[in-house]
Amino acid sequence: MLGLNKKDAGLFTIVIVLTMLAPFILNPFPENSELAQFNAGYPDLMQRFVIFGIFAIGFNILFGLTGYLSFGHAAFLGVGSYAAIWMMKLLTLNVIPAIIMGIIFAGLCGGGVGFVARSRSGIYFSILTLAFAQMSYALAYSVLTPITGGETGLQIKATDSPLMSSVPEGEIGRANLFGLEMGSSYELSVGGWLFTFNAGYYIAAVCMLIAFYLSIRLFRSPFGMMLRAVKSNQQRMNYTGLNSKPYTLAAFVISGMYAGLAGGLMVAMDTQVGPERMFWTASGEVVLMAILGGVGTLIGPVLGAGMIKYMENIISKINDNILHQWFAFMPDGIEDFMVFIIHPFIGKGWHLTLGIVFMLVVIFLPGGLVEGGQRIGRLFGRKKRAEAEAESTAKTPAE
Amino acid sequence: MSKSNITRRGVIKTGAAAGVAGLATPTIFDGSAWAGSHTGFTNAPQGGTVTLGFNVPQTGPYADEGADELRAYELAVEHLNGGGDGGMIPTFSSKTLEGNGILGKKVEFVTGDTQTKSDAARASAKSMIEKDGAIMITGGSSSGVAVAVQALCQEAGIIFMAGLTHSNDTTGKDRKANGFRHFFNSYMSGAALAPVLANAYGKDRKAYHLTADYNWGYTTEEAVVQATEGMGWETVNAVKTPLTQTDFSSYIAPVLQTDADVLVLNHYGGNMINSLTSAVQFGLRDKVANGKNFEIVVPLYSRLMARGAGANVKGIFGSTNWHWSLPDAGSQAFTKSFGTKYGFPPSQAAHTVYCQTLLYADAVNRAGSFNPCAVAEALEDFEFDGLGNGKTLYRGADHQCFKDVLVVKGKENPTSEFDLLEIVEVTPVSQVTYAPDHPQMGGAEATLGSCNPGA
Repeated sequence: MLGLNKKDAGLFTIVIVLTMLAPFILNPFPENSELAQFNAGYPDLMQRFVIFGIFAIGFNILFGLTGYLSFGHAAFLGVGSYAAIWMMKLLTLNVIPAIIMGIIFAGLCGGGVGFVARSRSGIYFSILTLAFAQMSYALAYSVLTPITGGETGLQIKATDSPLMSSVPEGEIGRANLFGLEMGSSYELSVGGWLFTFNAGYYIAAVCMLIAFYLSIRLFRSPFGMMLRAVKSNQQRMNYTGLNSKPYTLAAFVISGMYAGLAGGLMVAMDTQVGPERMFWTASGEVVLMAILGGVGTLIGPVLGAGMIKYMENIISKINDNILHQWFAFMPDGIEDFMVFIIHPFIGKGWHLTLGIVFMLVVIFLPGGLVEGGQRIGRLFGRKKRAEAEAESTAKTPAE
Repeated sequence: MSKSNITRRGVIKTGAAAGVAGLATPTIFDGSAWAGSHTGFTNAPQGGTVTLGFNVPQTGPYADEGADELRAYELAVEHLNGGGDGGMIPTFSSKTLEGNGILGKKVEFVTGDTQTKSDAARASAKSMIEKDGAIMITGGSSSGVAVAVQALCQEAGIIFMAGLTHSNDTTGKDRKANGFRHFFNSYMSGAALAPVLANAYGKDRKAYHLTADYNWGYTTEEAVVQATEGMGWETVNAVKTPLTQTDFSSYIAPVLQTDADVLVLNHYGGNMINSLTSAVQFGLRDKVANGKNFEIVVPLYSRLMARGAGANVKGIFGSTNWHWSLPDAGSQAFTKSFGTKYGFPPSQAAHTVYCQTLLYADAVNRAGSFNPCAVAEALEDFEFDGLGNGKTLYRGADHQCFKDVLVVKGKENPTSEFDLLEIVEVTPVSQVTYAPDHPQMGGAEATLGSCNPGA
């Protein structure tokens, strides 16, 4: 199917089904139940899942394949966002030109930075990209305030009149796709459940599916093989007469364009940009996403992105009052004790919870969540899998 | 969207009509943008409760302020629901709050972490709107976040009651019809400080500004420069310092080379603590320039900053929105009830968010509806008293509160770790009032737009 082998086609189909049915899957608890706190099926978070999924997929093309650890990827996300919002402020409120412009600018930026940074590898490459990202942040925060809006960032204002969109006087323009507003939703209530189907989410989801498909093709292509060669032994590759530089540069630019796509989509879904989108912690976050999910795997980074965004948005919103409701059935003393125990891990403690999860994953599942999934899979189908593995090892040529 | 013209009667009628339509559920219905419910506006409260969203920084540089805001919010909810001693409800000039929630509905709340980042703040606010059905969002302790969340609330059709945000932009060039600010702003700081400074230090001073390099710094510098120049001062130089700067010695040293005799630190939080400490260490306070004692001014003060800077703040002038030592009945009642619950006096951040919550609840009661447009109409040009700042006006033209501004200075002999500032003067509101289209506020171009009820 679509030039994919059977295993990849299966994975791709699963991803399609999961993203399309996400409004159901992420809302497993009825609206008024106590567990509704853990529902993630509201438009904003679903959009974030797929957008950061794209960002992480792109990062994984660079880090997972070539092994080059970029610590400044958020800069491309920011550049893409600023390009996209200016497109919407000046040209049209349609999201497509904005997203394309975001990709182009991030790609150009990636080319420039990649050209400078690729002359070094390892830790020096990471430091160069980090320095670049912090520089972009400082520029956006203060130096370029007339263009970037400084600390308060950029938004679409009532005074903006894009060339090709007609906005009624005094109204604030809204991002749309040929008239379909990104914020518009269709709600389905079944019994106690409420499912929200949001236009913006599905547009972002389609973008993610395309991005995911391209990433599979890239992983399986000869070009992808070259990138893997860079990771395993760049020196040996150079000695065989191959110049690895163009390959790493290309990977860097592609990865930057993925970040630009994510940045453009963020603006399309929520029309504002702030400079802290480029701060180094944002670059660090995507590294965590890739490692948490599984570096170098296809689906891993998407899972990692989902995990981190879920923690950030769901765990951080649990407060003591909610805990008291949960444990209300217990005697007073024990209730207070339970709240006291859990208190450091919720609300502002969500960083702590994330840190613990991250440590557990790195220690016990070095391959990330994907490895966890594989282990569970092996538990259930040990015999079948053992046969399959015997078969695959037999086919592997000697090195 | 047509321009809404909301009257109390009209709102009740649509509410009733939609209520009838509501009986048909559960069915499949086509909600347009943001529709969380079906009574003509976003997240219309159903049943016996109403949910407010408290969006404050729980992590990051302003976590202290955020934690204090959250305490005040919880106190306000307790008082609205009839618990505790009622705080400022008895002293508030409007008497619609009876301890039975808002419009008879019990007040519940959800909390979120803004991380002092506009992206995170918007994500958190959106989840409150989309998932928890919050009818009003309040909080924020930086102008960048306040402006970002205010724009989101405008788009979503939710009322935004700004917390700690001092930049002119919030109700200046970025003002929105659905957003309201009780806190004072840079312009007011400048206007209140200048006469006091002129009295204390004379009218022929030469000022050197160090300004945090971001929007709040710019508006504060502009306001203070204009106000002091109006008094006859001269501005020698204004230097921008990066927000992340922690060592200010390289910025303080050049001050000694100029003929300036006043240093204005347009810094907030940790920035101000570091720059002031540095300036004092360089001996600026003992210096004599142009035959006058060298002076230092900090336009925006908070108690938390004063505590950080320790003995260095003694005798240094600044402005503040509110201070717990104010003698009026409202301030006393609030300080008492906050102190009883938490064991220490509230900060100005706690005070402003407590007021905002009460003001919102009262506006809903007076409007008889949770509809954002009805609430906005009730808040616009509303005059009130008894919330600690004396007679206050919520101006309809830009949704900014106009009230007296406190000029304070660091206390020479503090009696406790909370008693660090003393009130020098209460600048009357007439002196800090400006035209809605003032050039510092975005000029004639700034507009509120029209109120958006969402759904």
